[in-house]
Amino acid sequence: MRCNGGLAEEVADNVRSFPATKDFHPRICLLIDTALLYLLLFLGLPLVAVFVEAFSKGWSLYLSALNEPDAWSAIKLTFITAAIAVPANLVFGIAAAWCIAKFEFKGKSLLITLIDLPFAVSPVVSGLVYVLLFGAQGWFGNWLQAHDIRLLFAVPGIVLATIFVTFPFIARELIPLMQAQGKEEEEASISLGASGWQTFWLVTLPNIKWGLLYGVILCNARAMGEFGAVSVVSGHIRGMTNTMPLHVEILYNEYNFVAAFAVASLLALLALVTLLVKSLVEWQARRSGEPLHGEVK
Amino acid sequence: MSITIENLNKHFGAYKALDNINLEVNSGELLALLGPSGCGKTSLLRIIGGLELADSGKLLFHGEDVKQRDARERNVGFVFQHYALFRHMSVFENVAFGLRVKPRKERHSEAEIKRRVHELLGLVQLDWLADRYPAQLSGGQRQRIALARALAVEPKILLLDEPFGALDAQVRKELRRWLRRLHDELHITSIFVTHDQEEALEVADRVVVMNKGKIEQIGTPDEVYASPATPFVYQFIGNVNLFHSREHAPWTQQHGDAVAYVRPHDIEISNTPQDNTSLPVEVKLVRAIGSIVRVEVAVDASSEFIEIELSRERFNLSPLANGDKAFIRPRQFRVFETGVQNELSAA
Amino acid sequence: MLAYPVLGISDVQLVASSNFRSTRFRAHSVLPGFNLALGYTLLYLSLIVLIPLSALFIKSATLGWEGYWDVITNTRVLASLRVTFFASFAAAVINVFFSLIVAWVLVRYSFPGKRIIDALVDLPFALPTAVAGITLATLYAPNGWLGQYFAAYGIKVAYTPLGIVIALTFIGLPFVVRTVQPVLADVEAEVEEVAASLGAGRLDVFRRVILPAVFPALLTGFALAFARAIGEYGSVIFIAGNMPYISEISPLLIVSKLEQYDYAGATAIAVAMLLISFVILFAINALQWWTSRRGSR
Repeated sequence: MRCNGGLAEEVADNVRSFPATKDFHPRICLLIDTALLYLLLFLGLPLVAVFVEAFSKGWSLYLSALNEPDAWSAIKLTFITAAIAVPANLVFGIAAAWCIAKFEFKGKSLLITLIDLPFAVSPVVSGLVYVLLFGAQGWFGNWLQAHDIRLLFAVPGIVLATIFVTFPFIARELIPLMQAQGKEEEEASISLGASGWQTFWLVTLPNIKWGLLYGVILCNARAMGEFGAVSVVSGHIRGMTNTMPLHVEILYNEYNFVAAFAVASLLALLALVTLLVKSLVEWQARRSGEPLHGEVK
Repeated sequence: MSITIENLNKHFGAYKALDNINLEVNSGELLALLGPSGCGKTSLLRIIGGLELADSGKLLFHGEDVKQRDARERNVGFVFQHYALFRHMSVFENVAFGLRVKPRKERHSEAEIKRRVHELLGLVQLDWLADRYPAQLSGGQRQRIALARALAVEPKILLLDEPFGALDAQVRKELRRWLRRLHDELHITSIFVTHDQEEALEVADRVVVMNKGKIEQIGTPDEVYASPATPFVYQFIGNVNLFHSREHAPWTQQHGDAVAYVRPHDIEISNTPQDNTSLPVEVKLVRAIGSIVRVEVAVDASSEFIEIELSRERFNLSPLANGDKAFIRPRQFRVFETGVQNELSAA
Repeated sequence: MLAYPVLGISDVQLVASSNFRSTRFRAHSVLPGFNLALGYTLLYLSLIVLIPLSALFIKSATLGWEGYWDVITNTRVLASLRVTFFASFAAAVINVFFSLIVAWVLVRYSFPGKRIIDALVDLPFALPTAVAGITLATLYAPNGWLGQYFAAYGIKVAYTPLGIVIALTFIGLPFVVRTVQPVLADVEAEVEEVAASLGAGRLDVFRRVILPAVFPALLTGFALAFARAIGEYGSVIFIAGNMPYISEISPLLIVSKLEQYDYAGATAIAVAMLLISFVILFAINALQWWTSRRGSR
């Protein structure tokens, strides 16, 4: 790969490429090449491998793997889970960011730390806690059985575990953003006679739209791709409580590699779309001169 | 709409922002709240506007108690220091905002809203910017739009928080005059906060000088400048010389710890003593600045310089140079005992 | 750039206003909606996070100290904790080195395709862990695209602890790069130029100017990668081999115990993992605080 030196045409964020690197010193080329090789090997190869393996036996086998009823229900379940988890977390994220960013109160830092909690917890543990609550031996186990309600090994449990794992994403994107934007515009709106809801819809929401979109994309990617937590609560019942990642695992463990990679390729496609939309949002936010992340230092 | 404030207090934690504030604002007047940073002027303004809550005291608009009323219901227009324009709306939409969010019954027709907005934009002479966005405007333009926006809802009271603080000197001067003219046209009771004494003295009908949460003096700009009530006002507004002891202020009969306050242009200086209370000094610096001449003198080697201002003609009658010996005597002075803000004697 | 989760680490400036010290719960604000927003936030947090997590601690408390100790000191459990801990550590260290190079290259130089590479760095974050898992397992299997080269030298990657390290390096990469990138971008080019003009060689500039500036970010990135790696499940279990005492990770052991209905045992391990994570994060936090005190921030 040729290396370009460092003329500042393509600038990452707002950094000038260091002018002193105009030299085509071999050491620098080596540096760049090492980095790129590492990245290509580590990231690019697996990405390519997914698709190659998926199509290794040709198009028709690929399509039939996806057309299978169990695969279909897995896809459906994944989408339903995301369709519930993401909006729920969206409302939460907005509510949390509103009270944290626009008001002063005691215990704010504690609240912020609590919101971060799922990131410190292994996905398996995230699923485990729900088993402890709703499992046969769990706190509510008897009550649920008596009322014939199935939370575990059923869709509700999967949705709950997914919500647990993904709810910080939107909140943590919005909180610094709204903090950085301050509350003057909202105060101005109130002083002009607008109600709280009017202020939120007309003033706050347009100001946070890019950050919101960004958080939603990340939340969705994680919600659709979550494996560990869902694996623990789902019961792995084929055709009923398998999401796409779980289905991939089942197929792989049965040595049905082509089918496993076929479903995996859909998820990989999702990842690529996520990355694409994320870049677009960043680009768009940069273009309109707005901060996307508030004060993340 | 007159405003009455009685015994208003406000704490922020252990810090006392407002200490027993009593103030009467007359209907239609333009009042300045003047003071250094942290004196409480912005807190007072925000309490009047309903953006903050006082801890105790009374706040009346035209005799009515408004403490229970929301900021929305007080019919107060607020202009923020950093404009707080809605960045995602055009100038037109910004100004129309207050009209658009009115409850359904009170809302005007679209045509009426348009008419009013353009009228207001014409008032601030920025009708040609109606389709632009705040980011495309200069600071001065933004502030005028913010004002138009506040006026759109026909407030009875207009509150401005350091409205020109974020602008450069030239724009500040222009907008000051413009604000005064606007007020003369509209006659809305207005209160503005500033730390710039020139601004307060030039624009306001009356000035409220504040310091550390207390009101130091309320008066017309002339009163506040020429007859300061406390040492703080003396020092904050205009320049002042301090004379600390009997030797340095022989024209007074002060005792011990009192301090005499004299304005630079209230000091007579000449080569010969004016009378037996004149103070002998040595001229250290003579500088002509525009229409005045500034002379700095010192009583002895250790004391601070005393600043004297005279008009050019006066100076030219008996010119002085560095190193000359001269005599000074104030035409007007005030003595305050240190620690007690009371006037002991005056000339 | 992604807004990365940070548990209590103060690189993310989420500081409550400092002039609020009254005995009231919250300062008056003209903005409405506080009670509604805070109420909903707390309700959501309690239902989704706090109550389930407390179930975790309460359940493991039912074992009593002795019972708990017995579970934890079981040799198989200890082995799994060892494997998890050391593999995560190794992966995080590798990431620190290579990610620094990657971040450096991305910040300082321009080359064709840079935007794509930059977006690609987030792939491990966006890609579902199960997909990463089966792909890495396939790539590094003895007959895999990469595994075959290793096999030629007699090195087994898949189904060994080495495979675990590779998988954990994969998923930890974006954490370090994204944490270091903005800091590196901030280290002003001028500072480097000044140092160079004063006669410092490039290595000197790097050692004395750049490294101290990015060290806290490196530490943070390390902590994030480490914490994420400890809890990782989906990307590891396919490549790991999962042999007890050798290549079995703790999250897998938790799942095994769950499948055997040994809830208490599973919970005990989960609590142990949580405690280890908290201790690590705490230590890193303290280290950061110490370095920022020493340094000239």
